[in-house]
Amino acid sequence: MRKLNIPLSDEDIRSLKVGDPVMLSGKMLTGRDAVHKWLIDTFIEKKRQPQGDDLDVYAAIKPILDGGVIYHCGPVVSGLDTGDYKFVAAGPTTSIREEPYQGRVMEHFNIHGVIGKGGMGATTLAACRQVPGVYFHAIGGAATLIAKSVEQVLGVHKLEFGVPEAIWVLQVKDFPVVVTMDSHGSSIHAEIEDRSKQVLDTLLAK
Amino acid sequence: MQDLTNQFVELVRLAATSLPPDVEKALASSLENEEPGSAARGALETIMTNVQMARDNVTPICQDTGTPIFYVHYPEGWSTLKLKAQIRAAVAQATQHNYLRPNAVDPVTGANTGDNLGDEHYPTIHFEEVEGDTLTVELMLKGGGCENVGAQYKLPDNRLGAGRDLEGVRKVVLDAVYQAQGKGCAPGILGVAVGGDRGTSFVASKETLLRQLDDTNPDPQLAALEQSLTSEANQLGIGPMGFGGKTTVVATKIKTAHRLPASYFVSVSYMCWAYRRRKMTVAAGQVSYS
Repeated sequence: MRKLNIPLSDEDIRSLKVGDPVMLSGKMLTGRDAVHKWLIDTFIEKKRQPQGDDLDVYAAIKPILDGGVIYHCGPVVSGLDTGDYKFVAAGPTTSIREEPYQGRVMEHFNIHGVIGKGGMGATTLAACRQVPGVYFHAIGGAATLIAKSVEQVLGVHKLEFGVPEAIWVLQVKDFPVVVTMDSHGSSIHAEIEDRSKQVLDTLLAK
Repeated sequence: MQDLTNQFVELVRLAATSLPPDVEKALASSLENEEPGSAARGALETIMTNVQMARDNVTPICQDTGTPIFYVHYPEGWSTLKLKAQIRAAVAQATQHNYLRPNAVDPVTGANTGDNLGDEHYPTIHFEEVEGDTLTVELMLKGGGCENVGAQYKLPDNRLGAGRDLEGVRKVVLDAVYQAQGKGCAPGILGVAVGGDRGTSFVASKETLLRQLDDTNPDPQLAALEQSLTSEANQLGIGPMGFGGKTTVVATKIKTAHRLPASYFVSVSYMCWAYRRRKMTVAAGQVSYS
């Protein structure tokens, strides 16, 4: 079991291979559908003008994402009325919805790790090769267990996106993941899909 | 009429935090089938640990507490208006207690209502009047990841060589499992509806998921198809979380619905491993849960 600290160096990333179990510690951000679309529209394609606190949030998250990790997660959070936030349940959400955005977001911010579930496609795999980065798979549905590795909620941005869609800033300790897409072009998801397609074709021909 | 708001909060708590015994048992036996040291077995071990932790800590098994779907069977004399108001109040309270994540989002503006109360379909409540004097309320929490990989087919399907018969049904269901890969949080449970119109077909594909996982379909033809679909889906080798492995599908449940001569729909509702469903029974003023 590898233990790695965030930010992750290029050497850390290049040393990881699909199948490697890893424990991550350090500061990371959550970001899913609304966040990825907001980043692309406002700062990458620039098809909408920054509004409200957009520029402040951008300045706040940029250093955390540099060599850092983004987690596809919409948590259950307690303390919403007091601001004393705690993660109650915090498993990964399905990552493939971010496929149209993820590669460009990784390149823009130099993101070295993406955590989610279900895997991602060819565009993200290419970005993993280039940036470099890896896709870390967390166990979908294991929300109470994963919440235990969130030591502290350091803050939140864009809460107006809703609790699941906001950018939560986390301090994590020994966050359990498995590398399923690496920076050398390997993807467990692509492999399993190819293999299961061959079986499907045989079953359909019966 | 009894005010059951608090009892409905308890139903939600139980559903969100304590996996039903039949589902837990099926996952435990899947774990035993996977190779020691494999990623598939590791995933199932994490899943089993999480199930126990969620129950002990009274926290959600999965952070996506899903669409709350209620099935209410009420005897004559109960007011569905009042039951609906009590269920809605209970859902809002359960959200405050963090048994549910705020999940109701305006489809156009993206604004989250914050309390899981949306328009007339959110939470979803199905009412059916029944004989006798027992009220039962079943609750299913269905997450977005698995809902997104659900599929509806129209037979014949030339791409898959699927005709208008049970053999065609078999082919499209296997395609749905292949398309889902690990994205619906495999190992999954398949709710399959054969027939109906597009709407009733999807509704039936969820209703059939209310069956116990180890029961047998009373129709021998459908029972055989359920068995063979589970077994063939597992040959695909997608495995827990899509890591590869022996368990891709835990069980298949099929329901039929009369159709028009012209239409032959097959709907697949994919349920994730975290199959959260619980039942509340009210008989002679006494409330019990299962």
